[in-house]
Amino acid sequence: MTHADEVHWQGDLDELRGLVSERAFTGETMVLNMGPQHPSTHGVLRLALELDGETVVNCVPDIGYLHTGIEKNMEAKKYDQALVMTDRIDYLNPMGNELVYCLAIEKLAELDVPLRAQYVRVIVAELTRINSHLVWLGTHALDIGAMSVFLYCFREREKLLDIFEMISGQRMMASYIRPGGLWRDVTPDFEPAVRDFLDYFPRRIDDYEKLLTDNPLWLDRTQGVGFLSAQDAITLGCTGPTLRASGVSWDIRKAIPYSSYDHFEFDIPVGQHGDVYDRYLCRIEEMRQSLRIVRQALDNLPDGPFRSNNRKYVPPPRSELGHSMEAVIHHFKLWTEGFRPPKGEVYVRVESPRGELGCFLVSDGSPKPWRVHLRTPSFIHLSALPHMSNGYLIADLVGIIGSIDIVLGDCDR
Amino acid sequence: MGLITPKLGNMGAVTMRLEDAVNWARTNAMWPLLFGLACCAIEMMSTQASNYDLSRFGMELMRPSPRQSDLMIVAGRVSRKMAPVLRQLYDQMPAPKWVLSMGDCASCTGVFNNYALVQGVDELVPVDVYVAGCPPRPEQLIHGIITLHEKVKQERLVHWS
Amino acid sequence: MLDPVESLQATFPDAVLDVLHFRGETTVIVKAEQIVNICRHCRDTLGFNFLSDVAGVDYYPQEPRFGLAYHLYSMIDNQSLRLKIYLPGENPVAPSITSVYPAANWQEREYYDLLGITFTDHPDLRRILMPDDWQGHPLRKDYPLGYETVQFTFNFDEINKHKPYARE
Repeated sequence: MTHADEVHWQGDLDELRGLVSERAFTGETMVLNMGPQHPSTHGVLRLALELDGETVVNCVPDIGYLHTGIEKNMEAKKYDQALVMTDRIDYLNPMGNELVYCLAIEKLAELDVPLRAQYVRVIVAELTRINSHLVWLGTHALDIGAMSVFLYCFREREKLLDIFEMISGQRMMASYIRPGGLWRDVTPDFEPAVRDFLDYFPRRIDDYEKLLTDNPLWLDRTQGVGFLSAQDAITLGCTGPTLRASGVSWDIRKAIPYSSYDHFEFDIPVGQHGDVYDRYLCRIEEMRQSLRIVRQALDNLPDGPFRSNNRKYVPPPRSELGHSMEAVIHHFKLWTEGFRPPKGEVYVRVESPRGELGCFLVSDGSPKPWRVHLRTPSFIHLSALPHMSNGYLIADLVGIIGSIDIVLGDCDR
Repeated sequence: MGLITPKLGNMGAVTMRLEDAVNWARTNAMWPLLFGLACCAIEMMSTQASNYDLSRFGMELMRPSPRQSDLMIVAGRVSRKMAPVLRQLYDQMPAPKWVLSMGDCASCTGVFNNYALVQGVDELVPVDVYVAGCPPRPEQLIHGIITLHEKVKQERLVHWS
Repeated sequence: MLDPVESLQATFPDAVLDVLHFRGETTVIVKAEQIVNICRHCRDTLGFNFLSDVAGVDYYPQEPRFGLAYHLYSMIDNQSLRLKIYLPGENPVAPSITSVYPAANWQEREYYDLLGITFTDHPDLRRILMPDDWQGHPLRKDYPLGYETVQFTFNFDEINKHKPYARE
């Protein structure tokens, strides 16, 4: 237990024996602690850096400072109560986490999701992707020194958060995607707001590109830094823009389409050099492709129900409770006991803004999940960080951490 | 602001109580420590950015170093591994210092009632203002900051010693 | 294009214990000792070059208690496969597959930390998510959730007395 009176910080070189080279023990290299509280580590990440002057010889990440025990906590809650916790795992991509969890439940229970709900899920997931990339761009540019990009990105984000608030009532942790579809239908002011955003945003991406893409300072700081080869990326388990920037064209939305992504036409940006600059270009282009997907989804949005009508899993609308006994019984069962998916194990993967987000769901037939495991991309990418950063300067390390786009909530769960 | 009493007619000299002057100076330039942990940190960044500007309250500089800051906004969930770090940072801040617990997780652990999190950051540091929300809207955080300012303006000379 | 199940059953006839098909996914249950060789076969011969996920499950009170699921994916053929091993509850030991798939490094450390499964031949086995001096393995089913009683109006004062507030 940690209380205020028994606190002392252990900082021993011995705990790193075997992880840093022998030169640290002779004093030839210095071991520096880039602590949990640091402006550039994008959250609570602790790095033990072994430095030879300013060059990073070895980098040992220490995580767990944001470990929330979400997976164990979800085992103690019913399926739809546990949904609320999934939002908070990767907090820059809240609807994406809900989506993967709901897809796992739907695969397990063989629930049908109406087409309208699938299209709205796509719109919301892509808007969340743009949202996440804006925060990434703002903080990454801020670390490297471009402060005004941070302010511009957060200004655009406000428009997106307004759209999320319109449909779900909450800016960030929306709990909007539910098993079987959506919580409620999109409101009438949703479509004009999204169309406004679609018209207004492409020029903004051009503005950011004008500021950064051909800027000699940006190029100096990001080109040739943090190189990751394609083969290394695959063996280390990297996915998402980190993998695509190294030249491997693999996107789950194209390879294993989910939620009717195969109805839409879009391109996948692939880089060539596998450095920080290519990852930046990939993500900027992904924002444009997301706009393309949202436009297609919005133009072809079908009418229909927004949630499955399988009453074993989805509560009936309140209007039905007045005249249908079955509706009352279903409502009662769902609210007191929760739904019982069949026994089994499934694994579902989606493309989050960071990479492959997977959900491994084990059910034993009871209303509470037996085990929910989320395969989070930031955890895997952070294990690849030492590989990408050895031999570079500390200043480059800051850029590399920014480019792999880690979110510590995603990493530690 | 306490009562400002102009003296000597129009000669431009005013008097006010020492406490009011010091409290006014403290509230107008309270520098927060950069301590965003989880989701609330993103809303804190939104509050810092141009739509809900925090620099109109004197807080445009988020100091990464505890030695240079007055206010610790604990934004996010504090895990048991992070607890000694939080306490050490609080100890390193020079007095006068205040703590604002932002969000449900910092105030009472919110949704997560389990082994891994400290159940409310007031187990580690004395908290002045609690801001509820998951995450709190920028307006809620600003309301919390203004409440903290009101609290600071109530501080009296006898408490400083 | 080889069928992974047939190929595994032909190459490792005594190690493959069971094959399950559920919701379009193939699970091959194998013996824990042979997992490294099987993974090597999957990577080199069958083309499963990507390890998506290592997932550990505690099936308490069933025996064998622990299950480890390895989710493999072939980027070349766009195919998924799940390999599963079961470990006993007393002193669970599994061979580490980091020599075949380096991506498993931190994931195995996570299960050493949270479930208490020891991995032999792991390059760096230590706790990763919990503090280094933590006792116990939190994800196990017999480990308590560790929750605190919720403070309502009727029990407000009782809980207030026992809560360790920081005074200074």
